[in-house]
Amino acid sequence: MARVVAVTGNEAVAEALRQTNPDVCAAYPITPATELMQRFAAFVSNGQVDTELILVESEHSAMSACIGAAAGGGRVATATSSQGLALMWEMLFIASGMRLPIVMPIVNRSLSAPINIHGDHSDAMGARDSGWIQLWSENGQEAYDNTIQAFRIAEHMDIRLPAMVCMDGFIISHSIERVEYLEDNEVRNFVGEYKTLNPLLDIDNPKSYGPLILTDLYHEYKRAQHEVMTRVKGVVLNVAEEFEKISGRRYGLFEAYRLDDAEIALVILNSAAGTSKDVIDEFRERGIKTGLLKPRLFRPFPYEEIADALKHLKAICVLDRADSFGGYGPLFAEVSSALFQVRERPKMINKIYGLGGRDFLPHHAEQVLSELVDITKTNKVRIVKEYIGVRE
Amino acid sequence: MKLKGWKELTPGVVILEAGNAAEFKTGSWRAFKPIWIEENCIQCLFCWLYCPDMAIKVKDGKRAEYDYDYCKGCGICALECPGKKGQKAIVMVEEGK
Repeated sequence: MARVVAVTGNEAVAEALRQTNPDVCAAYPITPATELMQRFAAFVSNGQVDTELILVESEHSAMSACIGAAAGGGRVATATSSQGLALMWEMLFIASGMRLPIVMPIVNRSLSAPINIHGDHSDAMGARDSGWIQLWSENGQEAYDNTIQAFRIAEHMDIRLPAMVCMDGFIISHSIERVEYLEDNEVRNFVGEYKTLNPLLDIDNPKSYGPLILTDLYHEYKRAQHEVMTRVKGVVLNVAEEFEKISGRRYGLFEAYRLDDAEIALVILNSAAGTSKDVIDEFRERGIKTGLLKPRLFRPFPYEEIADALKHLKAICVLDRADSFGGYGPLFAEVSSALFQVRERPKMINKIYGLGGRDFLPHHAEQVLSELVDITKTNKVRIVKEYIGVRE
Repeated sequence: MKLKGWKELTPGVVILEAGNAAEFKTGSWRAFKPIWIEENCIQCLFCWLYCPDMAIKVKDGKRAEYDYDYCKGCGICALECPGKKGQKAIVMVEEGK
C-alpha cells in the first residue's frame, strides 16, 4: 500500500535514497541540495540505512570518493547543485568512462557569476556531454520515482553508466507537495540486490582501473561508450514498464500532453511544464489545438521518438531555462536536430526563460502560445531566439 | 600485435589480468643506451637497486647483462655506478652511434 505524504522535493528524493539503501554516499552540502543530503545523513545517523556516509571537503572529492567506492563494488549515490556540479566536472567524465553506475540527484540551480542560489538548468546542461544519463522531473513525485528507476537503469548489466536525476531548485526542492511513497519492501525488491561488475575489492581477481590509453585505443573506447548510450532508451522503457506495475504511474522517454491532434505546442523541461499545462488547457477550451512535450530522458536524447511526436505540428516553441551564450538554448538545439531529419517539420522558435529562478508564470506560456498562433497564420518566424520575462 | 576493435573492449577500460606490465616493452623509448663494462664492475649491485624498471638482470647473485626491452635509457644506473678506481662500469652511449 502506498503512503501519501506532504513533503518537499528534497525530502522525497532523500526517502528514495533511504529505500534504495546505497552502500556508500560521499557528499558535500550546497544550496538547494543541502536539505536532501541533510535528511539522508539523518537516516544514516539513525541507523535507518546501511550506508557509509563519507563527509568530504569539496564536491570534487565527493565525486572522487563515489568513483572509488563504485569501482570497489558498491552501490553509490550522492547529490549536488550548481557550483558543486561544476566543481565535479572533470570527475564526471571519469565516472562515465569507467562505466560506474553512480546515481546523483541534481537540484537544478543557476551558475555564477553573478552568484544566485535559485533554480535554472545551467548546471545540468553544462554536464550534458559528460556521458551521464539524465532524467528530468516535473515535481516531487517524478523526482522520487525517477531516483528509484535511475538505480535500475544505471546498474543494468547492459548499461553500467552513471545517472543524474534533475529537479528544479527551490520550486520543487523546497515546495511541499503531495507525493505517494512506495513501501520499503516494494522499492528494495524493485532495485534488487546490487550486482557488481569487475569490483576492485574482489581481491582474488586483481585488476586495474584507469590505465593510460593513447591514440591506439582511445577512439575505440569512446565508440564503445557511444554504443552503450544507444541501449539506454530501451532499458529506460523496460524499467518504466516494471515501475508502473508497482506504482501505477506510467513513464516514458518524454511526456506528450494533448499532443496527438495539436497544431501548436511547447517543448519544456521540469516544473515549468506543470504551469504550461494549465495554459494549454485554457487554449484548448478556446478551441485552439495546443499541446506540450516534456522530455524526461535528455541524455541520451531520444531524437527519433521526439521527432515523431512533433513532426505533425505547424509551429512549436522550445523553452530553455539555460542559455548557451552565442548559441541557441540547449533543448532547442536538440529538438531542431531531431526535426531536421524529417521532411515536413514545424516552424520553430526558442525562448529563454526563468534564469536564476525568475518565475515562469501562466502569462508567459500564454504569450508564447499566442506567438505560435500568429506563426501558423503568417507562416513567418519573427525571431528564432529571444528572452521572455525580461525587463527592457 | 593486432589491436582490438571497439566491440572487443572491457567495459570501463578495466584491465582484468594482473601483473602484465612485462608485456609492455619500453626499450624503444631509449635515446641513450647504458653499456656495462664488466672489468670495472665491483658487484655492488647499486645499478640493480636503483633501476626504476626491470632492465638490470642478476644471475647467481652477480650482475648480468642488461635486458634492453625494458631500459628507457634514463641513465640512473650510470650515475650511481661507483666503478673501480675512478673507472665507471656503466657508460651511456647515444643510440645509433
